[in-house]
Amino acid sequence: MTEAFRDRIDIALTVNGEQVEARVPAGRHLVDFLRLDLGLTGAHAGCEHGVCGACTIQVDGQAVRGCLMLAAQADGAEVWTLEGLTEQGVIRDLQDAFVARNALQCGYCTPGMLASIKELLDMGGVPDRATIREHLSGNYCRCTGYEAIIDAVETVAQARAGKGAA
Amino acid sequence: MSVASPLPHDAARLHVTGQARYVDDIPLPAGTLHLAFGLSGVARGRITGMDLSAVRMAPGVVMVLTADDLPFANDVSPSAHDEPLLAAGAVHYIGQPVFAVVAQSHLAARRAARLGRIDYAEEAPILTIDQAQAANSRFEDGPRIYSKGDAPAAIAAAPHRVKGRFEVGGQEHFYLEGQAALALPQEGGDMVVHSSTQHPTEIQHKVAEALGVPMHAVRVEVRRMGGGFGGKESQGNALAVACAVAASMTGRPCKMRYDRDDDMVITGKRHDFRIDYVAGFDDAGRVLGVDFVHHVRCGWAQDLSLPVADRAMLHADNAYLLENARIESHRLKTNTQSATAFRGFGGPQGMVGIERVMDHIAHHLGRDPLEVRRANYYAEAAPAAGGAGGLSAPPFTPGERPPEDISGKKKQTTPYGMEVEDFILHAMTDRLATEAGYDARRQAVAAWNAAQPVLKRGLALTPVKFGISFTLTHLNQAGALVHVYQDGSVHMNHGGTEMGQGLFQKVAQVAAARFGLDVGAVKITATDTGKVPNTSATAASSGSDLNGMAVKAACDTIRDRMAAHLAERFGNDDITFADGCVHIGQDHTLTFAQAAQSAYAARVSLSATGFYATPKVEWDRIKGQGRPFFYFAYGAALTEVVIDTLTGETRILRADLLHDAGASLNPALDIGQIEGGYVQGAGWLTMEELVWDTKGQLRTHAPSTYKIPAVSDRPAVFNVGLWEGANREDTIYRSKAVGEPPFMLGISALMAISDAVAACGPGYPALDAPATPERILAAVRRVRDGI
Repeated sequence: MTEAFRDRIDIALTVNGEQVEARVPAGRHLVDFLRLDLGLTGAHAGCEHGVCGACTIQVDGQAVRGCLMLAAQADGAEVWTLEGLTEQGVIRDLQDAFVARNALQCGYCTPGMLASIKELLDMGGVPDRATIREHLSGNYCRCTGYEAIIDAVETVAQARAGKGAA
Repeated sequence: MSVASPLPHDAARLHVTGQARYVDDIPLPAGTLHLAFGLSGVARGRITGMDLSAVRMAPGVVMVLTADDLPFANDVSPSAHDEPLLAAGAVHYIGQPVFAVVAQSHLAARRAARLGRIDYAEEAPILTIDQAQAANSRFEDGPRIYSKGDAPAAIAAAPHRVKGRFEVGGQEHFYLEGQAALALPQEGGDMVVHSSTQHPTEIQHKVAEALGVPMHAVRVEVRRMGGGFGGKESQGNALAVACAVAASMTGRPCKMRYDRDDDMVITGKRHDFRIDYVAGFDDAGRVLGVDFVHHVRCGWAQDLSLPVADRAMLHADNAYLLENARIESHRLKTNTQSATAFRGFGGPQGMVGIERVMDHIAHHLGRDPLEVRRANYYAEAAPAAGGAGGLSAPPFTPGERPPEDISGKKKQTTPYGMEVEDFILHAMTDRLATEAGYDARRQAVAAWNAAQPVLKRGLALTPVKFGISFTLTHLNQAGALVHVYQDGSVHMNHGGTEMGQGLFQKVAQVAAARFGLDVGAVKITATDTGKVPNTSATAASSGSDLNGMAVKAACDTIRDRMAAHLAERFGNDDITFADGCVHIGQDHTLTFAQAAQSAYAARVSLSATGFYATPKVEWDRIKGQGRPFFYFAYGAALTEVVIDTLTGETRILRADLLHDAGASLNPALDIGQIEGGYVQGAGWLTMEELVWDTKGQLRTHAPSTYKIPAVSDRPAVFNVGLWEGANREDTIYRSKAVGEPPFMLGISALMAISDAVAACGPGYPALDAPATPERILAAVRRVRDGI
């Protein structure tokens, strides 16, 4: 394989705040890189073509489908998965609200759901329920009927706004 | 007390931190191999040749298996032995596994699986109900018929009649976690299998047959599934068996997970039905006689189709007393995926049939559909005498509608001869209609529709009466294994599996309550065929009913032994377990840990099994007579929708649900089941559409083309309440099963759409399901034309 047509790419990125360097197959999806090469199995492969949202992670501050991005495209990026966000404690209130409001059942969608919600909450303000619905419309949950999820997000947004105002 | 507390899901903290482990998350031993199936490209035919050389040569491929390579049984069916793991000579649907690739990576296996060349002698496939009827392609020798009274005579003599045909689509489970299995070969030919399955014992059984070993050589473990909904009752067999065979042949761990497209193309779905009905009724809309013919599209293999179709027949009455009813059920064999269990297991299809009839009758008479429904309800149960057996209904308050006393009268029975003793829907309907403002909203909807030319609103309140128990009576059993360690911590295991429904937490709450402990003292452990054998699938909503009772029995055995020991030690047999302590009379209190240590030191066994078999059930499925169900679970839902008559689009504006979970073991988990069940049920009837082309190819094989409800599709206003009332039967803490029944609350969404369409003109909407925008538009046109 010549350099011009190489099928492996060297990448350097940060994942959960740590420097990672790797040589990855050009076609390696970011979610597979995280799950298989780094052992970060929080984000899940659901539909693997960008519809269900189970693999959502945070790349350079944005919620991204891990199955629609190649690992090679993450060269130089800052990637956060649920494991790292948990360790940093930055969504502790959201996680607590999910537990308290029973906003999950089988839990398979939860890590992706939390990544999408983090993006919404990071925008600041208190989104109304319609905005929450709109923002999460790309994250499927087959179990809960979503009501508890919206409640949890709303509670956290209001609490954060209250804290900011105080 | 831990029971009845709204505790969160036991794994909630693991889920929100990404630590909860599914099969695909289990760290793999070095050298693990990965499997993918090569699939049939035609719906029906004989395999005349196979060239798999390109598959074998593909990068990373270690082995390719065909039916001829399998050492023992080539069968992954749950019972009928008609479902080969790999096609043997003939193919029966597009997507049927024909060969298995074993490769060094998941991707290598999938890529190689596409390289197989299979030659077929194609035959004309039987795809539709019409084609199957014409070819008499069916399971069983003819239709099953259950009947009561004389339906044809009653219909003929009735003052009014409606008849119609109702097509009800199937449904893809779309569990977020696809099917997955991992087989780990052990010494001496033993096999350990991790499987995403609702039925570990069946996996064990099928793997043992495929490896030619006794069941004791196979151990299956299931910690959790990422959703099941019935789709993992039998559909995981193929992956587990393929992995075990490949692991046995290579000596290496083998793993398989379907990617989403393969999952949807290979696995079975909810049965679609055609329901033909004729009903005769009086001026008040009371049904005098009704005749149903169910045409059930079962797919290519029998799987669980017979009990599914039976359960549809058993719910053809729903909440209505039918003195003259006849239900005929044809189980049709087609060259499509083998339709399988899906939440409700045929019950929803049977129930939506009679709800359609109620809707049609009301339209015919120009009456409010709720009035017609109530006119046909079974009589309300009287409170049980002397409190024996507990109450399903709340105490009767004078001044309200008196519950009809049915004592001394003819017993009210279902069309299959079971007496309905616990009916509470009169009171539930009253409460829901009052609290949700049915009458005022009915008027508001009428006023809106009179004023608005384009957007039409609709309203419907529908009841649910769902039978609880496996109709195959012997499945109504469960086992448990409980250990108390000398530090007072408890290890709990039972045959039920966790798929998100909260079973493990509910049963842990039972165990904690028996020992007077905090639920945190009870360790919840993975379902394991080596700990509890011969289990039934976690299905039929029975998980907490059966396993809760089995765990209770095991805990009580240990508790009694501990109590006997302490009574002897302290010379006092007044012993209570509460608040983490054991109290012996007034004078002595030990912590539970001290009590356990004391019992251990006195050589008292602190480990026990528990067992439970549901009482009272007996059923003859051929005659259609008996008591298939221990009890009924009830619910009612009021849904309001709006449709756009120019585009056919629809929105659920509001849903008010009231559901009966008996004395709930955990109200938080139960409400979660009810909300999720409703949304899934409404999805089935409004947007989830499966489309096969004329060659039998499933064209909706991914979420890009198959639409499940997203958060934006749920009702904008969503009120969910639990009915407060204990189960009349002696279930675990008088609770009721809650997994499936709320699914059918979603029927109210379809009926509300029918109501909205009916506002467009004089005709009856006769809306098929799912009520997609296309179907709604067509129905609006029919209604305007007065057809």
